[in-house]
Amino acid sequence: MHAFANPARFLTLARPLTLWFGWIGGVMLVACIIWGAVLGPEDYLQGDTVRIMYIHVPAAWLGMAGWSGIAVASAMQLIWKHPLAGVAARACAVPGAVFAALCLATGSIWGRPAWGTWWEWDGRLTSMLVLFFLYLGYIALSAAEHDGDGADGRMSALFGLVGAVNLPIIHFSVTWWNTLHQGQSISLMGGSKIDASMLWPLLGAALGASLLFGAIVLMRMRAELARTKVEARLRRMAAQ
Amino acid sequence: MKAKNQRLTLILLATAAMIGAVLLAMSAMKDEAAYFYSPADLAAARPGPDQALRLGGMVADKSIKRAADGVTITFTVTDGKAQTPVTFTGIAPDLFKENSGVVAEGKLRTDGVFVADNILAKHDERYMPPEMDGKMHKTGKVE
Repeated sequence: MHAFANPARFLTLARPLTLWFGWIGGVMLVACIIWGAVLGPEDYLQGDTVRIMYIHVPAAWLGMAGWSGIAVASAMQLIWKHPLAGVAARACAVPGAVFAALCLATGSIWGRPAWGTWWEWDGRLTSMLVLFFLYLGYIALSAAEHDGDGADGRMSALFGLVGAVNLPIIHFSVTWWNTLHQGQSISLMGGSKIDASMLWPLLGAALGASLLFGAIVLMRMRAELARTKVEARLRRMAAQ
Repeated sequence: MKAKNQRLTLILLATAAMIGAVLLAMSAMKDEAAYFYSPADLAAARPGPDQALRLGGMVADKSIKRAADGVTITFTVTDGKAQTPVTFTGIAPDLFKENSGVVAEGKLRTDGVFVADNILAKHDERYMPPEMDGKMHKTGKVE
């Protein structure tokens, strides 16, 4: 990984990747949402409300994946002091928070017709809301730390690492406790309880959203590197 | 030991300790964080008639009956081990039906009947088109 410690080398790779990830991911996401939500079948029990799943489930996965990214990058920052790790962690925060919010909003809209309630304080819903608040806290903390002089971003890295304990809680909430939210439909070991006609567009939408997420993170990393460069140049000019 | 390895060890230990602490806390919270009681839990817990609680499980087959007033329904909630009769006055959600999950909010009357003042339908984790119904129901386990 230290091969990419040099921002210039990172940028030569990040520039084309942003483009590829963004276009392929965006097209794939839109196509798979149309495939599943517009052309796909209705559910035997829920009818048409199942169609929101093609947005809700990828949003939930990416909300959690975003924090996994923050945690891994934070560990790399704390242990190996990788110069780009902090930049990567901060870049994950805003898109992660947006996907977590999208997950909560679509889930709430689905919950009204399916369960008969907009919101209930069950294990899954509460832990997902906590994740969203953790994102807000991380964004505020890293911004505050970044503004200060001589900060190395260690506080937000620790916060990102500690906040990761919420991820297994979200994942296992439906197994550990009685929850209103249904149990997991897809598992690596147990296969899928979603019919293939719904599963493939769902997985496609999730992959497309992931690529788009990657493009956004790369774009934000490039923006932060560019800003750092500008600030350094301004400082040099002011010193002259 | 190099500083880098020291930091690695420290963070690995701290992470392990943190995960352990959370697992312990979560297993201690098992009952408190439960969103609802199953009929078997209810039989074991014996809550008082004034305690507000939630009852969750499957609506038993052919148990939904509508009273003469047209808005009161009675049904039985089962978890395979125990059964609780429920009475409810009001509008139930669309997905509320027999052999399907339900969460009822209310109180347990002293005669063992659960008086619900709100009913939520609990969806299960199976998703399929209508023509598949029955095909997967046989293999899908009822929880």
